[in-house]
Amino acid sequence: MILARVVGTVVATRKDPRLEGKKLLILKPVSPDGKDEAGYVVSVDTVSAGYRERVIAVAGSSARMAEGCKDTPVDSAIVGIVDEVHLD
Amino acid sequence: MYLGRVVGCVWSTAKDSRLEGMRMLVVQPLTPELENTGKRIICADCTGAGAGEIIYWVRGKEASFAFLPAEPPVDTTIVGIVDSVHLKRPAKNRGRKANSC
Repeated sequence: MILARVVGTVVATRKDPRLEGKKLLILKPVSPDGKDEAGYVVSVDTVSAGYRERVIAVAGSSARMAEGCKDTPVDSAIVGIVDEVHLD
Repeated sequence: MYLGRVVGCVWSTAKDSRLEGMRMLVVQPLTPELENTGKRIICADCTGAGAGEIIYWVRGKEASFAFLPAEPPVDTTIVGIVDSVHLKRPAKNRGRKANSC
């Protein structure tokens, strides 16, 4: 899983019918100490995350294990909203 | 599977119901020489690993198999705590020809 920050939303009308009703968010990966990392990812939200929140995103086929994503064409899902990161 | 070191932990209240009770640790991937390599990631933990410990972790769908029969939405899981790593020096450094046999 990676840490990421919600930076935007995606609106799509024409899409796979199994994605209907799913919220799509744009994530910017961040390091555990809060610095932005390269790239962006579009992710299905399963925990009602909001703009600028720090989240945990799961990638690959494990994303289909997220709530409501069974047998859907999804390879990235938000599975948690981060309260705090503690670095030793 | 890959080597890593536990460098922190993550708290999350709002999360997938199957992630409840699961520990989420920040892991720094390591080379076999135990030097840092690549970005730090978040791993679920099924071993009880603690801060600073060297562990090995698995990536992909198989990461959720560590918690069978539940299949939580995780793609990286710590599946073992490393006691020691032994590395053989490459053949060329041992003063022998690599294809001698």
